[in-house]
Amino acid sequence: MTEPVLSVKNLSTHFFTRGGVVKAVDGVSFDLARGEIMGLVGESGSGKTVTGFSLIGLLDAPGRIVEGSVKLNGTELTTLSERAMRTRRGSEISMIFQDPIATLNPMLTIGQQMRLAIDAHERLSPQAAEARSAELLTQVGIPSAKARLRAYPHEFSGGMRQRVAIAIALLHRPAVIVADEPTTALDVSIQAQILFQMRDLARETGTAMIWISHDLAVVSSLASKLAVMYAGRIVEQGPTATLLRDPRHPYTAGLIASLPAMAKPGTPLTQIPGSTPSLLSLPPGCPFAPRCDRADDICKTAPEMTMQANRGWRCFHPVGQDAGVSA
Amino acid sequence: MSNTSTPLRRFWAEFRENRIAVVALVVVVVLILLAVFASLVSPQNPYDLANLSLMDSRRPPGFVGTGGYTHILGTDPQGRDLLSAILYGLRISIQIGLAAGFVSLTIGTTLGILAAYVGGRVEALIMRLVDLQLSFPAILLALVIVALLGQGKAQLIGALVAAQYAYFARTAYGAAKAERGKDYIEAALATPLSARLVVWRHMLPNCTPPLIVVATVQIANSISLEATLSFLGLGLPVTEPSLGMLISNGFPYMMSGRYWISVYPGVALIILIFAINIVGDQVRDQFNPRLRK
Repeated sequence: MTEPVLSVKNLSTHFFTRGGVVKAVDGVSFDLARGEIMGLVGESGSGKTVTGFSLIGLLDAPGRIVEGSVKLNGTELTTLSERAMRTRRGSEISMIFQDPIATLNPMLTIGQQMRLAIDAHERLSPQAAEARSAELLTQVGIPSAKARLRAYPHEFSGGMRQRVAIAIALLHRPAVIVADEPTTALDVSIQAQILFQMRDLARETGTAMIWISHDLAVVSSLASKLAVMYAGRIVEQGPTATLLRDPRHPYTAGLIASLPAMAKPGTPLTQIPGSTPSLLSLPPGCPFAPRCDRADDICKTAPEMTMQANRGWRCFHPVGQDAGVSA
Repeated sequence: MSNTSTPLRRFWAEFRENRIAVVALVVVVVLILLAVFASLVSPQNPYDLANLSLMDSRRPPGFVGTGGYTHILGTDPQGRDLLSAILYGLRISIQIGLAAGFVSLTIGTTLGILAAYVGGRVEALIMRLVDLQLSFPAILLALVIVALLGQGKAQLIGALVAAQYAYFARTAYGAAKAERGKDYIEAALATPLSARLVVWRHMLPNCTPPLIVVATVQIANSISLEATLSFLGLGLPVTEPSLGMLISNGFPYMMSGRYWISVYPGVALIILIFAINIVGDQVRDQFNPRLRK
């Protein structure tokens, strides 16, 4: 096992609002190896996006990382000055946002914007910059890239724009890309194309990715490992195949059961009863307990992460291990 | 029509569809050319007092004066050929209108974007100042400033700028504030690109459409404001009359049947402002997607 490119330990990000402290991210830990794609899955408000923003240091007040560490290639990011962080953003760690409309400047051509993104980190001749931009556009699957550099964002479709955003994120061959639901705004066929290209790109370039999504189906076709978030915590993590085949946490099991592909035609889709609790008033103990049919008195204390081989879960009553002694 | 080469060319293609706006644009261009080449086009230099003869004063249109040529639009109380005076007056009016427009555009945009970009106390200070100023009528403010600074072109431009920069500041602030929150600005700020570059390349270009609209309206406004000040006797020196002063000069004679001294400069002023406003309206319509068919 090689040294991970990104190592997150016990990361906690809290928002200090007038209504109280919101523990948006509460003790998240994971490692990411070179070229590895990790899916970060959860419902709205489970803290996946805040986790992404914490990694890249783009938290806005009143949010703050209160403890934990984020190590990128051995460098601690949480204690870096804003200035030092800026030189790493875009070159060593970059982010792809959800909305491809707002991420591109409507008044500049694609080429001009890519040029600005290159200039932010290195000095290149105009020819070299154009060659690099065209090469990356080709890599993300944009045909006749050289000509397209002269086009404006409005001349691109949503899928094409998101590819441009991905190409910009890849410009400096970052070690890690945080992708925050980059395909949510796109239609399914484009989504699939981009997913496959991203998987190839990760393999070719060695860029590791964190793919944030609420869609377990999308992520499972892309990521080699998964982390399931609930109410600011990772409730279960492990290799994608293992997690899908044999979930331990009742929430993961519920997510898998509610996938439309799992339902019999003509029967109602399975749901997880209730909704995500308000992060302002989390019940003590396991946050999932109120929605869990396996919960009992012991769930009033917070479960620790149970590690087993290359996977882990936070539950006193894991699914598929009812005796609690197997393996 | 579906020419997508450059935004400018597309803009022109759309502009061309409105015939009235095209006519108005032609009128504006012709008036500007006439004003620029006033010394070549007009029969007389109305600012050269040696050229003027009091014998020719207040003569009706068509009169052949001591200069030996026909005064097509008649003469004013100083014996100036009215056509020449109008062309020269047009030149002053357009000069002052453009100068005041551009200076207030620059100052107002800088203040507005600064407020939106920096935020916090700077934002509060600038924008409250602008609000405070917008609560006074522009004409009142201009009157006070001209009264304080005295007469002259620079002073007049100063007064117009002081009365008008606030509109630009408001517009630029609103546009910049909206852009500030967008992802691409956030993303650009997250990199080591300098703040100056982000403002110049990303923020300013996206704030220009509303600013262009305000600029056309405000240039017309400063021309009419200048005419108003001149009419009230607070504009330029009497020896170099602008359109407003020509109107004012002829005013006492209106009732005695010598209408042309006031009316023709007035017509010139109306045509100029009307044409600029039509062009401005068309530009505004094209920039406002909600008014698009």
